[in-house]
Amino acid sequence: MTTTTTVPPAGAQPAPDTRPSRPRKRARRTAGEGRMAALLLSPTLLVLALVIAYPLLSAVHQSLFRAESGLDADGFVSDVDAFVGLANYADLFAGESGRRFLNAFANTTFFTVTTVFFETVLGLCLALAMNRAFRGRSFLRASILVPWAVPTAVSGLLWRWIFQSDGIANTLIGSEILWTAEGDASKLAVIIAEVWKTAPFIGLLVLAGMQVIPGEVYEAAKIDGAGWWRQLGSITLPLVKPTLLVAVLFRMLDALRMFDLPFVLIGPGKESVETLSMLAWDESNQLRYGSASAFAVVLFLYVAIVAIVFVKVLGADVTGAKELKLLSKKSAKKSRSLATSELKKAEATR
Amino acid sequence: MTISDLRNAATDSGAVAPDARTAVVRPQKPKAQRTWRSYSVYAGLALIFAYCLAPFYWMLVSSLRRTADIFDNTLLPAPFSLENYTKVFDGSTMFGQALLNSLIVAGTTTTFALVLGVSAAYAISRLDFRFKSVILGVIIATSMFPGISVVVPLLRLFTDIGWINTYQAMIVPNLSFAIPLAVWNLTTFMKALPFDLEEAAMIDGCTKWQAFRKVLLPLAAPGVFTTAILTFIHSWNEFIIALSMVNDPKIQTATVAISKFTGATEFQAPFGEQMAAGVIVTVPLVIMVLIFQRRIVEGLTAGASK
Repeated sequence: MTTTTTVPPAGAQPAPDTRPSRPRKRARRTAGEGRMAALLLSPTLLVLALVIAYPLLSAVHQSLFRAESGLDADGFVSDVDAFVGLANYADLFAGESGRRFLNAFANTTFFTVTTVFFETVLGLCLALAMNRAFRGRSFLRASILVPWAVPTAVSGLLWRWIFQSDGIANTLIGSEILWTAEGDASKLAVIIAEVWKTAPFIGLLVLAGMQVIPGEVYEAAKIDGAGWWRQLGSITLPLVKPTLLVAVLFRMLDALRMFDLPFVLIGPGKESVETLSMLAWDESNQLRYGSASAFAVVLFLYVAIVAIVFVKVLGADVTGAKELKLLSKKSAKKSRSLATSELKKAEATR
Repeated sequence: MTISDLRNAATDSGAVAPDARTAVVRPQKPKAQRTWRSYSVYAGLALIFAYCLAPFYWMLVSSLRRTADIFDNTLLPAPFSLENYTKVFDGSTMFGQALLNSLIVAGTTTTFALVLGVSAAYAISRLDFRFKSVILGVIIATSMFPGISVVVPLLRLFTDIGWINTYQAMIVPNLSFAIPLAVWNLTTFMKALPFDLEEAAMIDGCTKWQAFRKVLLPLAAPGVFTTAILTFIHSWNEFIIALSMVNDPKIQTATVAISKFTGATEFQAPFGEQMAAGVIVTVPLVIMVLIFQRRIVEGLTAGASK
């Protein structure tokens, strides 16, 4: 990274950004610049250390303790934190609390897989439809942002109203389902409400990816006789794949920590919709910080593993770090991504 | 587009015999296909439109019914009534206070996140230093941190230091998602701005700070604004932190307040009031979305479509 500095050939027309300044900047990587960067970044990193690193370490620490009532030195009953080692983690798989944990774990996984699947399919359809629309696109874009902007708590309330036993959902489909009580119907209600709110988000991201694809590619495909499906399979989907991967990753991480929607739509402590976040929240509400922390740590690990798998195995380029690396290493790839950013700029100004 | 161009070209120069012939004849079928297709596109758009807005519309309509006919299923409120709205604000629920709290919490969170975000984003996009991509990676990774993993430990800490039922107990944890969001958005935005202008300013004798303040910041203003909107919406919609850190109705935010709306009668959930409160909480956001839709979409898609 530090050694491969490509110097532009003399007389070459310099590209508009990053490129020309690069060699010079590299030469000037001085103590002054580093110090300034440290100065500018330290407040952010400090706050993140306080609100992310500290809670994480503290959660790991607390998960090794358990509140136990005992007698203190003066013979009064008091709650003390006793060190219990990994007992809180062992309990994840045993007894009543273990059953509850496994249920929450299963629910979380089930909701993540189902909602993200339906969101992706629906989001793709939305993006395809919006990509075709020329008139009324801005109108459409505004309306598609509405579900995204509705606070999740409000959307939970809204769907609770729609799914009332004598509400509009049952009236429309002529049934008498108890959507907001325990049972599979409540799972379905959560999925419907979640997909409604988040499919437009995926749609927007994918649409942005689609708009970067140059029209000539489709023209060429048309001339070669490729039909709509063929174009979709051979051009659109492969080219929006990087965008789609990032969108799916974001949605999965968000779905894994799902809390507000089942909490408001169905209610706390309902077995059929209890997620890991809800379980941990409930435990900490009962002042059982030890097990609550253990649940929180497990959820964190779950999220981290999913993120790592996505970034490493599927190659989701989240930070754009890949692009940076390519920029400094392979000039061929670089010119391509520069071209893309040019296209994007052109798209933005249009 | 191309087909009609072809056709025009063909009819303009009628001399070109065989090629133009096919070009003129062939479009007939696509034309029929095209009208059919454009209908189906419009039908699809209408469907999307209904999908996005119908639930919200139902909330709006229900909020405008009287309590007596809240279970009506007509598409318009039969006797139009603002009864639910007056009830929401009649004082017993402190909903006005909750709205104000939301505004304070979301506003302060946004301000802090922007100040920290701008300086961090400037360093990442303009300065050359070691571990840059690592630091950016760490900042972005923190945005994936599940809220509950912040809430559980901090709940205990805040209990110990007496922060429960204070604004800062919500604002500080809110920064855990607001800062990564702001840093990321602003970095993407600043990276896209050409370095040349600042360079020119510095050649003309500006210091780095002046170049930042007088050249980059005005150029980045739209990006800062977009980031502000997104951060504000996220903080306004935040639920789990506000729910956990506060139990005093005087301090709680609007999202928590409406989730706890029980109304005067314990037995019947006051759906009309809940819907009215929901509309009130959502309408500022919907207005923001309508006005700034282009910016919001830009901000949302900034990082994802590389």
